Amino acid sequence: MSPKTLYDKIWDAHVVQQDEDGTCLLYIDRHLVHEVTSPQAFEGLRMSGRKVRAPEKTIAVPDHNVPTTLDRDDAATMTEDSRIQVAALDANAKEFGVNYYPVSDIRQGIVHIVGPEQGWTLPGMTVVCGDSHTATHGAFGALAHGIGTSEVEHVLATQTLIQKKSKNMKVEITGKLRPGVTAKDITLSVIGVTGTAGGTGYVIEYCGEAIRDLSMEGRMTVCNMAIEGGARAGLIAPDEKTFEYCKGRPHAPKGAQWEAAMDWWKTLFSDEDAHWDKVITIKGEDIAPVVTWGTSPEDVLPITATVPNPTDFKGGKVDAAKRSIEYMGLEAGQKLSDIKIDTVFIGSCTNGRIEDLRAAAAVVKGKKIKDGLRAMVVPGSGLVRAQAEEEGLAQIFQDAGFEWRLAGCSMCLAMNPDQLAPGERCASTSNRNFEGRQGYKGRTHLMSPAMAAAAAITGHLTDVRELM
Amino acid sequence: MDKFDKLTGIAAPMPLVNIDTDMIIPKQFLKTIKRSGLGVNLFDEMRYDREGNENADFVLNKPQYRETEILVAGDNFGCGSSREHAPWAIKDFGIRCVIAPSFADIFYNNCFKNGILPIALPQEAVDVLMKDAERGSNARMTVDLESQTVTTSDGEVFSFEVDSFKKHCLMEGLDDIGLTMAKAGAIDTFEAQASQARPWV
Repeated sequence: MSPKTLYDKIWDAHVVQQDEDGTCLLYIDRHLVHEVTSPQAFEGLRMSGRKVRAPEKTIAVPDHNVPTTLDRDDAATMTEDSRIQVAALDANAKEFGVNYYPVSDIRQGIVHIVGPEQGWTLPGMTVVCGDSHTATHGAFGALAHGIGTSEVEHVLATQTLIQKKSKNMKVEITGKLRPGVTAKDITLSVIGVTGTAGGTGYVIEYCGEAIRDLSMEGRMTVCNMAIEGGARAGLIAPDEKTFEYCKGRPHAPKGAQWEAAMDWWKTLFSDEDAHWDKVITIKGEDIAPVVTWGTSPEDVLPITATVPNPTDFKGGKVDAAKRSIEYMGLEAGQKLSDIKIDTVFIGSCTNGRIEDLRAAAAVVKGKKIKDGLRAMVVPGSGLVRAQAEEEGLAQIFQDAGFEWRLAGCSMCLAMNPDQLAPGERCASTSNRNFEGRQGYKGRTHLMSPAMAAAAAITGHLTDVRELM
Repeated sequence: MDKFDKLTGIAAPMPLVNIDTDMIIPKQFLKTIKRSGLGVNLFDEMRYDREGNENADFVLNKPQYRETEILVAGDNFGCGSSREHAPWAIKDFGIRCVIAPSFADIFYNNCFKNGILPIALPQEAVDVLMKDAERGSNARMTVDLESQTVTTSDGEVFSFEVDSFKKHCLMEGLDDIGLTMAKAGAIDTFEAQASQARPWV
């Protein structure tokens, strides 16, 4: 047999049918659903009298619109259209009989945090969701990617997708990371190298010692932003850490089935001589704590750098950089660490897990946030929140002056009331710094939880290594 | 789904790279539970000021581009979220074709589900089309999916690649779900085999 990549192996195990031109019908093992990209899909099913083919493989949870304030049970905290959207998911989940975690359930949270937490996401699976950050689940060696609403309807009706295979890209991070450098710095640095279109047409497999050394949570952060590099999906081969994480989760296999699963999972790695269409190698020791300065996730620089000059770039990026710098209210040549901030957001499917909160709390502990700053921590799920409270992290954040919120997507995309005001500048652990992403004319700098915590203390973008 | 075969119309130039889905349709408009009516909010934050007044210098607000049917844009068009509201808004505005050097994967796929043709062409070709689009409503471009060509108002012709299955579906206005439902037998067989091989799934 010819050598295969991990992607090849998962793909081959899920092909229902292949046409002559290479178009495949691919079987989907897990379909995650949230309230924003699903109402039209369920409506489509109703209009054509179709059912959900595999409700037991479909998992729904409201996250994008949901308020994160403590009074969220009061319907008045939601705008009317948000309320209607969440109510539509409530009704659709019931009508079509899919697994559901309503707002009132402690297991509710961001769909990409809930899936792994509940053991829905397992190695070797195909996982889709009407959300681009589905890439997160690739951390388990699952082929996971975002789809549009038409495809959501297609998966609901048929449990398959019509797909053509992508190319294979290997991103290797060799050696060890330096102190203060995290999974977020890896994933942002990779995008800084490839650009936001560098992964287009590829599935990325992240490998190398620095990736192996990451916890499952760190691996999820890395894969989460594969989409920001344009890739269809990001993957990391499962290993003992993966199996350990999965074991005992509510929907993970048990007993003999666990053993059978392990037998297959252990074959899920790229063969030695597998073919790669593109290879990128980065030395772990070369990665610094980074921040973004512009309005594209590829606008990444070490915190020790200065705002670039548009003329440093080529082609269409010259105008884009000029526009970004103007939008961000910065000057070329300005030190990144001099940029003052108004707000700090810690949370999202990129960085809303317990380890992220631990990393931020370690920086914050015993300190106060800068006077006049708005800072919030939004745990990725109700269970993350409960654990953080048990570990005393919530108290550390509250003592420092952070707001301690309930679970949801929150200010990552600002569909709920958590938004930036025009001109407001945010140190954010989320995944996108697009214009208006966190609120009309809001300004976003992406960074790791530790770096965001450091910025909360000093009031400006800060090299976390100075506070360590 | 609406068919797409041939289109002659006004092309608007948007020479910006990395036009993302938050620019195409900001999140406040994702709260709808319908697919229609989003055209008025296409490129909302670039197109209007905070009070809802039109920004006169935004391309689609200029008199010669109000009837735009083709968009010519920079690299990596449609990057960002999976929101199908982006192609819904584009289509609802009346745009049926987007031409750029490259597209983000999910956006590209979403277009085909909505009767929109995304065309990826080399930068040099897009540069020529951008110039043509800058001439305004007197310069009408022709996009022919059958022959896989774009023709400028001067008659210059560029050929483009498109997946044969996607082309077929777009030209015939086919509904994917119907096509796949017809393969239910193959899905049943796969499920039966997979439940033996991987019963934990």
